[in-house]
Amino acid sequence: MDINSLQDPDKRIALMRQNMGNMTKIVPWARETGFEVTAIEKGHIWGRQPFSEHLIGDPEDRVIHGGVITTLLDNLSGMACASALSEFRFVATLDLRIDYMRPAETECDIIGEAECYHLTRSVAFCRAWAYHETREKLIATAQGAFAINQPRSISSFGAGA
Amino acid sequence: MTRNEMLQDLLVRVPIVQTLGMRCDVKGDDMTAILPFNNKLIGNFSLKALHGGAIGTFLELTAMAQLFLESDVEKLPRTINITVDYLRRGRAENLFARAYIVKMGRRMSSVRVEAWQAERSKAVAAMQGHFLLSRPELESQ
Repeated sequence: MDINSLQDPDKRIALMRQNMGNMTKIVPWARETGFEVTAIEKGHIWGRQPFSEHLIGDPEDRVIHGGVITTLLDNLSGMACASALSEFRFVATLDLRIDYMRPAETECDIIGEAECYHLTRSVAFCRAWAYHETREKLIATAQGAFAINQPRSISSFGAGA
Repeated sequence: MTRNEMLQDLLVRVPIVQTLGMRCDVKGDDMTAILPFNNKLIGNFSLKALHGGAIGTFLELTAMAQLFLESDVEKLPRTINITVDYLRRGRAENLFARAYIVKMGRRMSSVRVEAWQAERSKAVAAMQGHFLLSRPELESQ
C-alpha cells in the first residue's frame, strides 16, 4: 500500500474502493460475521451482511442477533467517519445507540448504510441504517459519536504496536 | 428446573452465543457473563483491540440473559434499543460483564450492563438498553 496516498482524501477514497473486498477481511470479528463493504463515497459507506446460521440469536424464529447489526453499523460508521476526514486518522467509537424498528427476516441479507454528517476537530458524528433491500424496509437505525485520534507517526501504521 | 438451568439450556441452543464463545456463570443471585479472549474477536490488529461489535453483542446478550434469569419468560427478550459507551480499549484478554435490571416491567424493562477486564473499577464498556419481554399471556390480549 502506498502510505503517502493515504494523506490525500481523494486518493484515499480511491484506495478504499480498490481494497473494498479486503477491508473487512483484515478485521477478524468482521470476517467472523461475514459482512462486506459494497460502496464507498466520501463520508458515506454501504455494506451487506449475508444471512448465516451461526449468527442466529433466536433458535425458534431463526433471526440474526441484534449484535450482528451492532457490528455491521459500528464498523461501517467508523469507516464513514474515517472517509470523511481530510487527513488520514484512526477513529474510535465513543458511543453507539441502536433502535430496532422490527426484527430482521430470516434467510435474508441485511444492507447497512452509514453516513458521517458532522465533523469537529476531535469528534465525528454518524448515523446509520440497517434494512432489507431498501430503506423502506428498515430493521434498525443507529447514531454514534467517534473520537478522531491524534495523528500517530505513519510508520507505526500496521506495526502491531 | 431452576431458572439458571433453563438459561444454560437455552444458551447452548443460541448460535450467536456459541459463535461468540461467551458463557454465564450464576452463583446464588449473581450472574457474571464471561467472554474468553479469542483472536476472532479482534477488531484492530495493529492495536490488538477487541471489536466494538463483539463487545456490543456480548453486552446485549448479557442483558438478555439477566432478564431471562430474573423473570418467568420462556424466550430471550427482544431488544427495543441499546446505547453502548466505549470507555476504554478492549485488550486481548477475557472480558467480564454484570447486568443490573433498573426496572422490570410487565412488558418492558430497562437494563444497565458494565464490562471490565483486569480491574472491575475500570469499565471497558457500558450499555443501557430497553427490552421487550415476550409474555404469552400479554400477547393474546
